[in-house]
Amino acid sequence: MADAAAPSTGPARPHARTLRRDARLEQLALFGLASPALILLLAVLALPVGWLFYLSFIGNDGGFSLQHYERMVDSKSYARIFRTTFEVSLITTGLCILLGYPLAYLLSQLPKRMAALCLLAVLLPFWTSLLVRTYAWLVLLQRRGLINEWGMSLGLWSEPLALVHNLSGTLIGMVHIMLPFMILPLYGSMRAIPADLLNASANLGARPSETFRHVFLPLSMPGLFAGSLLVFVLCLGFYVTPAVLGGGKVIMVSMRIATDIELFVNWGAASALGVVLLVLTLGLLYGASRFLSLDRVLGGGSR
Amino acid sequence: MTERNRSKSLPISVGGVTKTYGRVTALDSVDLEIESGEFMTLLGPSGSGKTTLLMVLAGFTRPDCGSVRFGDAEVVRLPPHKRDLGMVFQSYALFPHMTVAENVAFPLRLRKVGKADRLARAERALQTVQLGGYGDRRIDQLSGGQRQRVALARAIVFEPRILLMDEPLSALDKKLRELMQIELRRLHERFGMTTVYVTHDQREALTMSDRIAVIDDGAIQQLGTPRAIYDHPANRFVADFIGESTILPVTRDGADVLFAGTPLRLAGPPPPGPVSLMIRPERLQLLSGADAADASFNRFEATAESIVFQGESYLMQARLADGQLVALRGGVRHDYDAVTPAPGDRVALGVHVEDTILLPGADGAREADDG
Amino acid sequence: MIRWLKRPATATQITHGQRLWLYALGGLVMLFLIAPTLIVIPMSFSDSQYLQFPPETWSLRWYESYFASPAWMSATATSFKAATLTCLLATPLGVAAAYGLFASQVRWAGAVYMALVTPLMVPLIFFAVAAFYLLARLQMVHSLAGLVLAHSILALPLVVVVVSSALKSYDMSQEQAARSLGASRLAAFFLVTLPQIRFAVVTGALLAFLTSFDEVIVAMFVSGGENATLTRNMFNALRDQIDPTIAAISTLMIIVTTTLLALAQLFGKSER
Repeated sequence: MADAAAPSTGPARPHARTLRRDARLEQLALFGLASPALILLLAVLALPVGWLFYLSFIGNDGGFSLQHYERMVDSKSYARIFRTTFEVSLITTGLCILLGYPLAYLLSQLPKRMAALCLLAVLLPFWTSLLVRTYAWLVLLQRRGLINEWGMSLGLWSEPLALVHNLSGTLIGMVHIMLPFMILPLYGSMRAIPADLLNASANLGARPSETFRHVFLPLSMPGLFAGSLLVFVLCLGFYVTPAVLGGGKVIMVSMRIATDIELFVNWGAASALGVVLLVLTLGLLYGASRFLSLDRVLGGGSR
Repeated sequence: MTERNRSKSLPISVGGVTKTYGRVTALDSVDLEIESGEFMTLLGPSGSGKTTLLMVLAGFTRPDCGSVRFGDAEVVRLPPHKRDLGMVFQSYALFPHMTVAENVAFPLRLRKVGKADRLARAERALQTVQLGGYGDRRIDQLSGGQRQRVALARAIVFEPRILLMDEPLSALDKKLRELMQIELRRLHERFGMTTVYVTHDQREALTMSDRIAVIDDGAIQQLGTPRAIYDHPANRFVADFIGESTILPVTRDGADVLFAGTPLRLAGPPPPGPVSLMIRPERLQLLSGADAADASFNRFEATAESIVFQGESYLMQARLADGQLVALRGGVRHDYDAVTPAPGDRVALGVHVEDTILLPGADGAREADDG
Repeated sequence: MIRWLKRPATATQITHGQRLWLYALGGLVMLFLIAPTLIVIPMSFSDSQYLQFPPETWSLRWYESYFASPAWMSATATSFKAATLTCLLATPLGVAAAYGLFASQVRWAGAVYMALVTPLMVPLIFFAVAAFYLLARLQMVHSLAGLVLAHSILALPLVVVVVSSALKSYDMSQEQAARSLGASRLAAFFLVTLPQIRFAVVTGALLAFLTSFDEVIVAMFVSGGENATLTRNMFNALRDQIDPTIAAISTLMIIVTTTLLALAQLFGKSER
């Protein structure tokens, strides 16, 4: 309105044009700081991913085709792979909740110093190489491994159990890898619950279990949700642990992608699977972002 | 002001400065002339645009258009570090990774002053703010008031000709704040740099300033000395924001201004157009029978409604004949109980003609300023 | 005793009995988390092919076999080189991007931030295949440069996230103060801002280093030949048979990680 009344240049609006140019230049200069990172991302991530996306629509005859996607719908083996992937991811997430929630709760109730010390137990494996941890389980769970040796010497079982190179080994390893991703966001959200609220609830006559159910649990839900999402999404694309501990019996999508490339050099098929995996992941994250800040999920995962 | 050393200060001239954020107008074509060596306070509620104006002076906010001149130089396109002004921030913004001396010497270091000289000058500046010998302390070892002084020392150590302060005392408690007000004023007297001071505290503004610019809605509502602004507010906003006031409706009858049918006695001719009456509670007084005929007072009959003891003064609410409430503030002395009316008492209230203020606008509303 | 178990342990939440269960369960979960990794360390000193615990006879044979192997040595060197270069590339890029986005406050800064952290959301296997495809086109498969570029993509978002969150709690008026006192933007950043976010920068750099150092899948696809990484060789060895040498390597990797973390922590302590 003021603009319409006053002429846009001239003495009534001194320096308007130069100031606007200065402002734009300054923003550009600051924004320019992000450009090297963006260029790297475009060149090394966006470009090849886009390329694979394109390849996934190219049939074996070199023309446009949906054959790689149709195969996923038609073929039984693909259906099994997807089912395995979802099952493993779901069970892992469920086990992580079962084990992670009590520990996170315990940590959140401890005095700060004590909690920090116990948190080391979560952070140490978190920082340790995935491969090292997977290897540790391989050693522990093998036929003549520690678990079998001890189990038999305690008389719990007499024959060595097949604990590894199968689904159970995979699950044990994956839960171990994923547990910190569940506990850290959970712990964060539990620590953020003001003690006053719990006291108020008790003061209003709630029994401890009622306070927990009606006050603490609902307030810890954002952390639980963030942790579960993180674990589930990471599981979907997981490769190393199922490849090593599954012994070829647990085939997940990621492993199929790898074999498509390594064995069959079938870029189209691998790309199509990759695209489906990517869309699933981003879709889940996008859906979740409408309920909670994605930044928190990612931030929670990176520390 | 003529006594002050003008070479140590610069006049500031702001012309047509406008700043919009999307649809919000933070500053609406503001003009302001600040004299060399003046202590100018920008006073207004939060969101009024006072801080935006200060940030425009400092160079952190780029206006959409307008001109800012320090002396003869146009600085509106100059980045902050080339404006050569001292600035004190609300949060002090001291650098926690440097000692007190390093903080104070920081501007000298940027100006390539040699180390020995730099430290000597920093120590002198610290002595000025009564923190001599504190140079080796860490920032987190200082109290709030001490941090405030360090921030001040850092802002004046390079002898800038203009000093900007953004609510520098707002984080201090009341006693310390009042002490610092006097000290800031003393420093200003001594160094004489042009000072622009932002605050939302009207008392602080009245205490310290040579002149006050009352800002609201991105525009200067009134510019004047503390006395002028307090005694003769230009509009209802200023009247409300500074001090206490009761605003009453009045009617016009030619040159006369009528309150409840009676013409008001006025010190001068009333402004044209619709007006309303403003009375400061402490300027209203209880009249005894003897004062009844005194022609220098406007007299109102009322009934006392409530009287509240507030320590150094009391506040009375009284209802006028036409049902409106007015407030009266009176001093408390030993005879408080004897002279103070009780609720329900009939009282005669009087306000001196010099204190009978007419505000433009029928309901005392802000003057339409789109001229 | 029974009554004590049923009494509330805190005024608000659980009884002593429930709390005992909670402690037991929490302790077991912590054991589950930490024991497998730690148990590898003594096992690596076992003389047995089957890595007994506790070892019946102690020996350094697996360490000897690691240090005597040119393949393992070269892989270790590659891993260190790649991790260092990744750290040197991703840290400045990430810090610059985080600062630029934070300071410019352009409308689409949020969108650019999301773009910068997308690598965290792309399934690793898909990115590995994509990077392999790109580097194959560029004849850069099995090159150190290609590996570093790919790893930098993974490290970059971590640096951006850590530094951004540090900037969020940093009082930008300090930088304004520096500028009002005569510092250019650049000087203000290096003299005032950087010293105060350096713990985040060091953490980001450490994350970048470890990301590359520990990474398996991308390395599996794009590294190889003379430039095979330690993790790639370990992974291949694991798929074939359980080579006890890996226990020795694992121990060394744990030591490297913990040392780096402890250093970062000490650095952080000296800040405060």
